[in-house]
Amino acid sequence: MQVVKKTPFEPGRRDFRLPFDLNGMTLVLWGTAALVAVALLLPVVYLTVRALGAGSEAWQGLFRFRTLETLARTVWLAVVVTGASAAIAVPLAWLTTRTDLPLRRLWAVLTPLPLVIPSYVGAYLFVSAFGPRGLLQQILEPVFGVTRLPEIYGFPGALLALTLLSYPYLLLTVRAALSKMDPAFEEASRSLGQDAWGTFWRVTMPLLRPALGAGCLLTALYVLRDFGVVAIMRYNTFTRVIYVSYTTFDRSQAALLALVLVAITLFFLALEARVMSQARHFQAAAGPVRPTTLVALGPWKWPALAFCGTVVFTSLVLPAGLLFYWLVRGLGAGETIPRLELAVWNSVLASGLGAIAIVLAALPMAILVVRRPGRITRLLERLTYSTFALPGIVIALALVFFGANHVPQLYQTLPMLLLAYGILFLPQAVGAVRASLLQIHPNLEEAARSLGRSPLQAFFGVTFPLLRPGLAAGASLAFLTIMKELPATLILAPIGFKTLATGVWAAVSEAFFAQAAAPALLIILMSSLPMTFFILNEQRID
Amino acid sequence: MKFNLRVFLLTCMVFSVLVLTACGSAATPVPTDVPTDVPVESPTEAPAEEATATSAPTEPVTDGDAPADGGALVVYSGRSEALVGPIIAQFSEATGIQVEVRYGSTAEIAATLLEEGANSPADVFFAQDPGGLGAVAKEGLFAELPEETLAKVPAEFRSPSGLWVGISARARIVVYNTDALKPEDLPADIADFTDPKWKGKIGWAPTNGSFQAMLTAMRVVWGEEKAKEWLEGIQANEPKVFDGNAPIVEAVGAGEIEVGFVNHYYLYRFLKEQGEGFKARNQFLTGGGPGSLVMVAGAGRLANGKNEANAIKFIDFMLSTVAQQYFAGQTYEYPLVEGVNTQGGLTPLAELKRLEIDMVDLDDLAGTTKLLQETGVLP
Repeated sequence: MQVVKKTPFEPGRRDFRLPFDLNGMTLVLWGTAALVAVALLLPVVYLTVRALGAGSEAWQGLFRFRTLETLARTVWLAVVVTGASAAIAVPLAWLTTRTDLPLRRLWAVLTPLPLVIPSYVGAYLFVSAFGPRGLLQQILEPVFGVTRLPEIYGFPGALLALTLLSYPYLLLTVRAALSKMDPAFEEASRSLGQDAWGTFWRVTMPLLRPALGAGCLLTALYVLRDFGVVAIMRYNTFTRVIYVSYTTFDRSQAALLALVLVAITLFFLALEARVMSQARHFQAAAGPVRPTTLVALGPWKWPALAFCGTVVFTSLVLPAGLLFYWLVRGLGAGETIPRLELAVWNSVLASGLGAIAIVLAALPMAILVVRRPGRITRLLERLTYSTFALPGIVIALALVFFGANHVPQLYQTLPMLLLAYGILFLPQAVGAVRASLLQIHPNLEEAARSLGRSPLQAFFGVTFPLLRPGLAAGASLAFLTIMKELPATLILAPIGFKTLATGVWAAVSEAFFAQAAAPALLIILMSSLPMTFFILNEQRID
Repeated sequence: MKFNLRVFLLTCMVFSVLVLTACGSAATPVPTDVPTDVPVESPTEAPAEEATATSAPTEPVTDGDAPADGGALVVYSGRSEALVGPIIAQFSEATGIQVEVRYGSTAEIAATLLEEGANSPADVFFAQDPGGLGAVAKEGLFAELPEETLAKVPAEFRSPSGLWVGISARARIVVYNTDALKPEDLPADIADFTDPKWKGKIGWAPTNGSFQAMLTAMRVVWGEEKAKEWLEGIQANEPKVFDGNAPIVEAVGAGEIEVGFVNHYYLYRFLKEQGEGFKARNQFLTGGGPGSLVMVAGAGRLANGKNEANAIKFIDFMLSTVAQQYFAGQTYEYPLVEGVNTQGGLTPLAELKRLEIDMVDLDDLAGTTKLLQETGVLP
């Protein structure tokens, strides 16, 4: 049996921290990190510039009762969605990594896929399905005489749609942690007489705390920034207040409100930091992970299957099926669908380049955060997340402000768009890379160095190969979130650059459903590709 | 097993992507035959005439003073590609001028223009509503349009200082469910929807630009007090709030609500996709009040645009017979230029008992939003 090292390296240990060692590695790391930090600061600087121009009316608007009420509603929604996502994601993660669930690998592939559905499409589809006179009602009417279903709009609808579309964030992080967790802990618990249930609560859950913390943070911030779902579900959150300011062309007030979102993000970050700091020492189990002995579900496999089936059906099969129905209905009625080859290519190009750029930017950030812990790196980490709750339109306008007026050569070019994607989605990738890096013991690299390798050689020879699954995870997350990104793409893409997301938007906003269905289905299919391979890879390692 | 699942999934996905892309390309030859079902005197002559009329003297000038890189005309469009893409393509074809279009919502595009300021690459802003045009005009980003361009459109449908011009018009109407109501059940004035008998039956979209334009008209015509009372009255009737016009029409058709305050042309798209059985129809309110508002989508030329002559050609083309017929026939809007008829059984603009109001009076969006926030309609 492998010896478990409780705390094999302490974060602050002197001999691994090389603050004044000006070797190539350090230069590259800090140089890239500084560039990334500057980019991440752009939106906040822009917002501050705009907010300073705010008149007294905008400040009064900020402290109106209704604004504060909306703020409270938004935070409440974020908290409840995060809780509900955890309730779906943790059992799913456990079932697909630790049990003999029938068709386990298929469920493992299908369950994270709802993440690829754009929220503005997903919410629309949920309304068509579960609305007062939606699909479900039409099925129920002839059988039970139901003429009207209860209202879906407002909090319940927002909760349902956001949970079903964002639980994969938690699922992916928790499952990654589960599959990398040393089974020795659980085996020890079982051998000491705990049953599967007790082991899960007393051993597995505490070990999952860092992953849960990171996943919850991503989910909560995703809720804060989302506009598509809350607009369609008619639940007034803070992003809607910001949007209302933009529709009246009041940029100062919008900026002031957006800064409040940054403040809420910092609050959530502090919360997560507390969870992480209490949990850090659990994370250090390192070294090769043996395959786990799977828990036999026995008769419990039926409720487990029903649970997986229900989640996959409502969050994936139903939306995709409805889109397909729209497409067929439209084609049947003689609708024509515009060519999509170019949009497919553009989407793949932007998402692919964006994913590569994001992973390249995330790597040094993650290395610094994990391997050079200290005050500055902690600040860097906070900074990565600080803009994650900002709606895309805010980031886009910040780059319009800097781009058009200071670097017109780059304005509305592909690099500029990639920069916007980077600011929007970097935290996801940093999270994935960091989680992976935490599980690679620094002793390995130190050994390589003691054998005469330079820091760069040691990194690329030893750590990098082990880090590849983490990089792939970060890249595929970035790929699919970029593919469905809309506001920044509309404003900052090179002119005439059409993607699948802009195609969906153009058609849906004018009620051409058949025309929307084809690109929406393509987004789902194309972003499922890297996702599927990343999941299958993870499973194979496991 | 491992290997099989991978190959199976990959094959499925690649196959579906190919099928979907293919069904797109199979149905391609669309955009060019657009105007054929519109009764056109001569589809190519009119723009050619237009082009030569304005370009003959200006063409060499453009080549001379426009920098070489300012070749393509840059249009920022707050109107969606589905609506204006085909007619813009026709402009390019007719004039040989290359056009590059950035599409977005009118509010987003206007915000972008305001941030870009003098450094905007845009030559023309084609907006969905007068509010967006007004915001850009207020920042001094538009240049005055030539008199001949402005003169094509009645004075009430353009900026009095000549900074932007209306291209096509849309009517505010009430869409109703044909199972629940007949046209005669609907009041003549939108003010009467505050009657408690409409409780729970109304759908509206307070974030929508056109709705806000109607509310602005109420403030202008009725005064702040009555507009506020109307909002409070409708609020008391617990209206269903929607995100835009299309979902309202969908909900009316599904019988989820009985009436909705929307623009007139959404209905025709549903009828096209779902057939005549779709259970919603339009009613243009007969009272001539703010509920009978007709408003424009319009365009202005950006003062710092590099392609002055081509920008004006573009706007002139949108006001040409061909383009006006396109808007009437393909997007079911009201043409603004005299001599072009409405389509699809729409009553011509001149015969409508509509609200008499200048479009420029509709640009006080800030006041309207404030009212919406005070009454708790918007957050």
